[in-house]
Amino acid sequence: MIISMQKPIEEILQSLEGEDTVYIVGCGECATMTQTGGEQEVADMKARLEEAGKTVVATDVAHSACHELDMKRIFRQSKEAAASADAFLVLSCGAGVQSVREGTSKHVMPGANSLFVGNVKRQMVFEEKCSLCGECVIDEYGAICPVTRCAKGILNGPCGGTNNGKCEVDSDKDCAWVLIYNQMKSEDKLDKFMTIHGPKRWNAVERPGRIDGRAADAEKGA
Amino acid sequence: MGTYREACESGKFVVSGEIGPPKGTSVDTMLHHIDLLKDMVDGLNVTDNQSAVMRLGSMAVSHEVVSRGGDAIYQMTCRDRNRLALQNDLLSAHFLGLRNVLTLTGDHVSVGDHKDAKEVYDFESVQLIQCIKRMNEGFDWAGNELEGGTDFYIGAVVTPESDPIAPQKLKFEKKVAAGAQFFQTQAVYDMDNFQRFMEYARGVTEGTDVKMMAGLVVLTSVGMAKYMNKFVPGVFVPDELLEEMGSVPKEDAVKKGMEICARHIRFCIDNKICDGVHVMAIGKEEIVPEILELAGLI
Repeated sequence: MIISMQKPIEEILQSLEGEDTVYIVGCGECATMTQTGGEQEVADMKARLEEAGKTVVATDVAHSACHELDMKRIFRQSKEAAASADAFLVLSCGAGVQSVREGTSKHVMPGANSLFVGNVKRQMVFEEKCSLCGECVIDEYGAICPVTRCAKGILNGPCGGTNNGKCEVDSDKDCAWVLIYNQMKSEDKLDKFMTIHGPKRWNAVERPGRIDGRAADAEKGA
Repeated sequence: MGTYREACESGKFVVSGEIGPPKGTSVDTMLHHIDLLKDMVDGLNVTDNQSAVMRLGSMAVSHEVVSRGGDAIYQMTCRDRNRLALQNDLLSAHFLGLRNVLTLTGDHVSVGDHKDAKEVYDFESVQLIQCIKRMNEGFDWAGNELEGGTDFYIGAVVTPESDPIAPQKLKFEKKVAAGAQFFQTQAVYDMDNFQRFMEYARGVTEGTDVKMMAGLVVLTSVGMAKYMNKFVPGVFVPDELLEEMGSVPKEDAVKKGMEICARHIRFCIDNKICDGVHVMAIGKEEIVPEILELAGLI
């Protein structure tokens, strides 16, 4: 899921300066799991904005804020509130914020920073293991991604910064290459560790990414 | 003076020093160090934004070393440039007369002085070695034929005290397989450990012309030694050296460090441990001639 974290309230208030009426949008998926923009956080944000003298004209927690049709439907249903708002504060990842952008021409303010695609280790503990590089290579690495989990994203073994099996960039994090080595060793696949890998094909996805699955569906149907 | 490559290929015990370009335009001390060392060593490494700290460029200073009659080992990290820029710089370096390249992945930007920068690592060290090998064969990375290929002597690094060592060894073997022709190690202080590492490395490079140089960083105080043990991954100063450094008054510490360095050079020569040494005095290059003298090299 997309891991996000709320921006400091001072930054939010600064961005909303001069705008009296605010519409708050949350997200029922990732931002709820990360306690960034679920029902509770949206209610808390409403109270804080009101404390700061703002009028909150409406709050909505979208099923998924990144679903643009869903977002447009919400704004159609809350037409009056949407029309009366000076600004929209979105408590979700940047994808959700831009979904709101598609649904209004008014000031849209992100209320959170999007951090990474994260695995949920346990409640409120998240770790980045995939960086959506466009071409999955982890079969070559014991299903442990060096592109993401090595601070340098290098593909042919550890750098000189391995320190007691930890990463020199952050001693709380395991060196991905030690994990990969241990995994491949346990699978008796160290011969594969010796494969020299070329650099990533960074054009595997042309950015910004876009896929129109309808064409593929049409082909299947035909 | 001959070239670094000629020295390596001649089978003699090879000695290189290191020049760290300054942060700024005041180059007098650096030029003094180049002039002092250029005829005393077989080559001078020139570091590339070392420790991810922005400095005067490695290519320009390497060129200066060659212009002044020495030979330069142009250090190149993969941190700051993508594959187009790396190859562009390699062609430029070749044009300027540089012929030795030391390939490094490069310290992460988070340890340097521009922590907000985007690190690149489009290539890493093994891929950079492969790329230079291809350019030597007359092709760029994308497979296009070059109008004139390069003629680089390809260097690489290895960390004998890496913890754990097993994956580091495999990376070393990959660098050999990719085409590295000489290695300079990360700083080593425990000569028994280094001897054991070299027995392994000799096994890997057997039947090749790959040359192995011990990386020796001169200790200048007990504090420095302790700092490296604590904060520099892959560097280990054993207790007996800490004691030895501590056994002399503070003002004699540099001298003691020079003695230790000279003794380690001698150990490598007398026991035929490796093919040469790379001596790093980290800004105190004026002490290098005396170390080489103590080791009986000049």
